[in-house]
Amino acid sequence: MNRPEKPFRRKLDIRNGRVDLSHGAGGRAMAQLVADLFVAAFDNEMLSAGNDQAAFDVSEGRMVMTTDGYVVSPLFFPGGDIGSLAVHGTINDVAMAGARPLYLSASFIIEEGFLLSDLAQIVGSMAAAARDAGVAIVTGDTKVVERGKADGVFISTTGIGVVPEGLSLSADAARPGDKVLLSGTIGDHGIAVMSKRENLTFETEILSDSAALHGLVADMVAAGGPCLRLMRDPTRGGLAATLNEVAASSGVGFRLEESAIPVRPQVHAACEFLGLDPLYVANEGKLVAVVAPDHAEAVLAAMQGHPLGRDAALIGEVVADDNRFVQLTTAFGGGRIVDWLSGDQLPRIC
Amino acid sequence: MKFVDEFRDGALAKKLASRIAQSVRADRDYAFMEFCGGHTHAISRYGVEDLLPANVRMVHGPGCPVCVLPVGRIDTAIRLARDPRVTLCTYGDLMRVPGSNGTSLMKAKAEGADIRMVYSTLDALRIAEAEPGREVVFFAIGFETTTPPTAIAIKLAGKKGLTNFTVFCNHVLTPSAIQNILESPDVRDLGTVRIDGFVGPAHVSTVIGTEPYAFFAEEFEKPVVIAGFEPLDVLQAVAMLVDQVNEGRHEVENEYTRAVTPEGNEVAKAEVAEVFELRRSFEWRGLGEVPYSALKLKAKYADFDAEARFDLEYIPADDNPACDCGAILRGVKEPADCKLFGTVCTPETPMGSCMVSSEGACAAHWTYGRFRAASRVKRAS
Repeated sequence: MNRPEKPFRRKLDIRNGRVDLSHGAGGRAMAQLVADLFVAAFDNEMLSAGNDQAAFDVSEGRMVMTTDGYVVSPLFFPGGDIGSLAVHGTINDVAMAGARPLYLSASFIIEEGFLLSDLAQIVGSMAAAARDAGVAIVTGDTKVVERGKADGVFISTTGIGVVPEGLSLSADAARPGDKVLLSGTIGDHGIAVMSKRENLTFETEILSDSAALHGLVADMVAAGGPCLRLMRDPTRGGLAATLNEVAASSGVGFRLEESAIPVRPQVHAACEFLGLDPLYVANEGKLVAVVAPDHAEAVLAAMQGHPLGRDAALIGEVVADDNRFVQLTTAFGGGRIVDWLSGDQLPRIC
Repeated sequence: MKFVDEFRDGALAKKLASRIAQSVRADRDYAFMEFCGGHTHAISRYGVEDLLPANVRMVHGPGCPVCVLPVGRIDTAIRLARDPRVTLCTYGDLMRVPGSNGTSLMKAKAEGADIRMVYSTLDALRIAEAEPGREVVFFAIGFETTTPPTAIAIKLAGKKGLTNFTVFCNHVLTPSAIQNILESPDVRDLGTVRIDGFVGPAHVSTVIGTEPYAFFAEEFEKPVVIAGFEPLDVLQAVAMLVDQVNEGRHEVENEYTRAVTPEGNEVAKAEVAEVFELRRSFEWRGLGEVPYSALKLKAKYADFDAEARFDLEYIPADDNPACDCGAILRGVKEPADCKLFGTVCTPETPMGSCMVSSEGACAAHWTYGRFRAASRVKRAS
């Protein structure tokens, strides 16, 4: 009896190999990369079926869909990498609608010459993050571009989830008097990444806060229900950008208490050293919520009862303001605006 | 955080503010210029103005190195960066500073110029070592604080035998600028603002010490208090200035004793003295030509001087005529007095240099303080 021919003659050399242009050319090499790395790691029936799309049943409620691109540098940083980040980030964008995330797609743009071992580590980290979150990566795409036309690897993920009946969170829903809740310390992710940038290396024990927040969100929804006005994860641009976006959408202002905003001492120190403001530094595992005043305490207690909301705090409130200013009472006792960031935050010259 | 939180203590601030309120005389007002952009930033970011009595006014000075760089120097850097042989290394703040005809280093970079953002002179040196085929030019700006690292980089390049590293030197000096604010031909054109005393620069003074201000305080009869960049430092400096004014004194006092000595940092000063010498004159944005207010490389370091290697010709260029940066840098006008402020000139689309750097008076007022003007309008209506 003839044994069936193996689909690929040689095993993918993950330990020593590099991505070359054939891995994106649509032939056998690409099929092997997809089968031996992506499908093997993400491991679910829908992906294994090998179709160009995934078919799944739709449950009751409103569907939400989101997509995001990940171009982080460096690719590996304390507390995570681009892979786990691409899963957490998109899960969180789904979860901020109060939704339960169900499925993800993943699209890779890989630079010729990229180490297969690094790719395998990233894909393994994505698989673990998705598994931990109970979310399946059910479809994807792979492209390889010539050396110099990308920065290692770029990942795009799209997420789909379902919002429970009766819940409608939206950035235009904040009303004067509402309370602002923050799920924990700010700036951890941005400082962890910066600490490993080639030209900015400094010693720190700060790990990225990269995490999937849908479990925390579910607890908040259970405690606050329709009294939750909106939720946002303050990623790039930090808490400042997020609150300015909400202020613009809702036509309101914010008044925050600086001393109520949790910041780790190490993040505080790194920001001082670099001349940065933690309010503008990126987070990947935090959320800010606006809640009707009479339910704020209950939602805060629910947050503090979840491991990802242990340091949650009430940091301020929504105020009527035609100028839509985000204002802060400084710990020093003065007042200031927390404005949009102009370009990047840059370390001071002197 | 140790050594920082102590200087941002809200309870201490209240006590100090109350002491200032008791010290000020009801029959007069006080105007103090904080020379340094770092102080302007601290005052705005921590809301220090909210703690001062109504008759104490802070006047923002020209102490931001990005703000005082004239358009012609930015144009020169852009011309240099467009030379296909050149890699121009620059601090990030400079990227968005407008040159002539709507140009900037950021636009030149997008058009293909090889411009790299660096965080230190040593980053630029590393690039020169790694890429021997490129002419690496470090765009050096800043007051006395940033000058020693440039001197050290030049000496290090010499030791390493690097022939592809040069410096486009735009280092400027604080004492001559402070003097120019009170006494220069431009005062006749722009007018002058009453200043009762100066909050002197912190980092600069860690290098040059307090002595260089003694002549100034004596000659112009203006008190100077060297102060740190923490908000309590600024409040303390204001308290000390109020005391000097009330007592009719005009001395140099040092609030920042934890870092500044009368003589400064002798090692840093020696490094600077070895590599640099005074320029006869240098154009400052907003202050015009200021005699002996900047540095250039000494002849023995000419091999590292970009101006010599690339035969750079300085072509002065006018500011946007509607921009009031000149008067704002001198404290004669406030940011909101400028027609462009907040209309066409914002941190996203800076027309003038005061709006570019986060330490510029306009950027600080726009970013942190414009709610005060809005509150005043609301109250009036």
